[in-house]
Amino acid sequence: MFESLTNRLGEVFDRLKRRGALSEADVAAALREVRIALLEADVALPVVKDFIARVGERAVGAEVVRSVTPAQMVVKIVHDELTAMLGGDSAGIDLAAAPPATILMVGLQGSGKTTTTAKLGLRLARNDKKKVLMASLDVRRPAAQEQLRVLGEQAGVATLPVSAIEQPLAIAKRALETGRLEGYDVVLLDTAGRLHIDDEMMAEAAAVRDATDPVEVLLVADALTGQDAVTLAKAFDERLRLTGIVLTRVDGDARGGAALSMRAVTGRPIKLIGVGEKLDALEPFHPGRIASRILGMGDVVSLVEKAAETIDRDDAEKLARKIRKGGFDFDDLAGQIRQMRRMGGVEGLLGMLPGVAKVRKQLAEANVDERMLVRQEAIIGSMTRVERRNARLLNGSRKRRIAAGAGATVQDVNRLIKQYKAVNNMMKRAGKLGKKGLMRHGLPGMPPVGSF
Amino acid sequence: MAAEAPPQQTGWLVRLKAGLGRSSSRLADGIGAILTKRRLDDDALEALEELLITADLGVQPAAELTQALAKERFDKQVSPDAVRAALAGTIAAILEPVARPLALDAAHRPHVVLVVGVNGTGKTTTIGKLAKAWRDQGKSVMLAACDTFRAAAIEQLEAWGERAGCPVITRAPGADAAGLAFDALREAQARAADALIVDTAGRLHNKAELMAELEKIRRALNKIDPGAPHDCVLVLDATVGQNAHAQVETFGRMVDVTGLVVTKLDGTARGGVLVALAQRFGLPVFAVGVGEGVDDLRPFEARAFARALMGLEG
Ligand SMILES: Nc1nc2c(ncn2[C@@H]2O[C@H](COP(=O)(O)OP(=O)(O)OP(=O)(O)O)[C@@H](O)[C@H]2O)c(=O)[nH]1
Ligand SMILES: Nc1nc2c(ncn2[C@@H]2O[C@H](COP(=O)(O)OP(=O)(O)OP(=O)(O)O)[C@@H](O)[C@H]2O)c(=O)[nH]1
Ligand SMILES: [Mg+2]
Ligand SMILES: [Mg+2]
Repeated sequence: MFESLTNRLGEVFDRLKRRGALSEADVAAALREVRIALLEADVALPVVKDFIARVGERAVGAEVVRSVTPAQMVVKIVHDELTAMLGGDSAGIDLAAAPPATILMVGLQGSGKTTTTAKLGLRLARNDKKKVLMASLDVRRPAAQEQLRVLGEQAGVATLPVSAIEQPLAIAKRALETGRLEGYDVVLLDTAGRLHIDDEMMAEAAAVRDATDPVEVLLVADALTGQDAVTLAKAFDERLRLTGIVLTRVDGDARGGAALSMRAVTGRPIKLIGVGEKLDALEPFHPGRIASRILGMGDVVSLVEKAAETIDRDDAEKLARKIRKGGFDFDDLAGQIRQMRRMGGVEGLLGMLPGVAKVRKQLAEANVDERMLVRQEAIIGSMTRVERRNARLLNGSRKRRIAAGAGATVQDVNRLIKQYKAVNNMMKRAGKLGKKGLMRHGLPGMPPVGSF
Repeated sequence: MAAEAPPQQTGWLVRLKAGLGRSSSRLADGIGAILTKRRLDDDALEALEELLITADLGVQPAAELTQALAKERFDKQVSPDAVRAALAGTIAAILEPVARPLALDAAHRPHVVLVVGVNGTGKTTTIGKLAKAWRDQGKSVMLAACDTFRAAAIEQLEAWGERAGCPVITRAPGADAAGLAFDALREAQARAADALIVDTAGRLHNKAELMAELEKIRRALNKIDPGAPHDCVLVLDATVGQNAHAQVETFGRMVDVTGLVVTKLDGTARGGVLVALAQRFGLPVFAVGVGEGVDDLRPFEARAFARALMGLEG
């Protein structure tokens, strides 16, 4: 969804990076382009203005102009602010209530409420092993209740039997009653689409909310929405006190500005995204990853997750302990190199790393490839146990011996030692974040690619 | 709804304005505030441009419109009304050529209309309204429920058929949509119906395999009547932002769209992207949807739309 915004911003930043020192005018010009890119991505104007003002404030300050890499600094500020705007951590569905936990789905006409209700029902039943009941309060749209019934059948999730004459509030009450009597964990209430300016319909939804006391009131909104996103999200939030947002049609090619807008004006987290018409096409939303992806910074979190899959858990724990004690040695580095190769080698990793294109070029110039990793493993292999534990022992004669043993040059050995030191420093810094922080902030021992 | 001036001309204007009015009054107030405070200087122009952006006109069209305005009025003392009227005039001139209703050609029996669009934009509802309007003009209309994918889509169209008073050709859920279209056209020909409207499943334009399926429906209709479908209507949701460009472009390329219907103009979204679409594609806007009721379809009237957008009377 965010590809084109990513490309636009990438161009802006590339132009910026080509200049060495940045004047305030350079920064201002870049921010004007960022503004246009965001607007073309359908981020709502008030949100864009706010954003640019915040970035501008930080960017024209000493922070950028005096920094060694001003352009990177601007990119970093934009990234930080973007992440902040999308909300930090991903937020899950709240079920902490006396059962049945009630979830109310609301939104404009055709936004995807009924489909999302069934998707969520399926997800809660399948992943969370909950007993779920779904009920349609839509007495307006032709065949709306039938639609949910059919979807319930497809998902294998129970739906409240339909009654032809009941009004929405009465259906809601009956759903909760049934939920209590029949021991359901969760009751999902699908509602008719409504305009936020339709007082009567909004009052109806508010009445249902008050009567059912839901743990979640989810606004289901279309990712294709334009500037209206702020107006509608604000109105729904003010009237119904939303707890979160579900963005649908994220499988489209919209630039996704609505996500930024709605989160920014309501402060409500985007909890889930719809990525298709099928019932399993519902995913959690990860704000940080999206911010990075928008800026073309690679999906660092996915990288870490992939790493976590590949790394033996015990190894990682052992390593984390060692790092905290500052005892990262050459054996550990060898382990990291092995893991790196297992994860698809340099090329495989690159796809997930920030600034891919550029790094790839640098690597090509530096002759970093698979063979280099193999050689590095060999160098470590020809060290003695004691040497591997203590880098300070590596004097000239030892280096020559190691190089000869590994079929490498002394320069190669020196480069490896330099790299080891860099990684070790990084590790010490990461170690301060604790074990959890380590897993979240980066793969332990992953040598920064640029340090090869 | 057709070329003949509909009787409820004043009615629709009032409705449209009521709908647009709510949102455009903000726009109008904004302009009022800008201009009573200061002259049409750079700041005022920038604010004006921003107001157009919030109506989904798009960054570039908004800039162009304000620049054109600046050339004429810059640095003169102008009244808010004059600025609004000028902008409305420019916008109306852009939209005028695309305000063309969907006219049934009596030479075709039936005149086949294929209705396409992204999920949930209002295709099925629009078909119901359109069928009703044509029925009211004494035409015989048939509907084909070619959305065999979405849950209860068939029942939904059947309910609309009942409201409009026209038969609906259906098959079981999951049936081949192209085959159904083929049969429906056969049947409509046999009955010499004036119009056959074909409902299709909503689909995102970036999904190639779903777009190919639409082509297949086209080909099936084509096999029976080389001219069919005689019209292909792309239904756009007024809340859509700049993605409307990609929708019109791709649907246009894949299935030869002959015109647009814009729905949900009774909300606060102003559908400003239509202005840029008119400039870029020049496709007719056949009608606009202003509610969920069977009578909530209106002809698209450029001047009224533009003036309502600017918060001006008729
Ligand atoms: N591609 C895609 N289509 C979706 C997604 N979510 C819903 N849809 C489709 O959007 C259309 C409308 O979905 P519904 O669930 O009927 O929407 P609704 O909000 O219940 O509509 P009303 O009840 O009429 O207001 C259907 O065609 C769905 O299949 C999504 O994440 N991706
Ligand atoms: N307020 C308002 N709602 C509308 C308008 N047109 C359609 N709707 C509503 O939008 C929702 C979706 O309409 P549908 O006709 O089912 O849309 P669709 O394009 O056929 O949807 P799919 O077949 O699922 O892709 C329904 O709740 C309609 O009542 C309109 O002009 N104004
Ligand atoms: Mg629904
Ligand atoms: Mg439909």
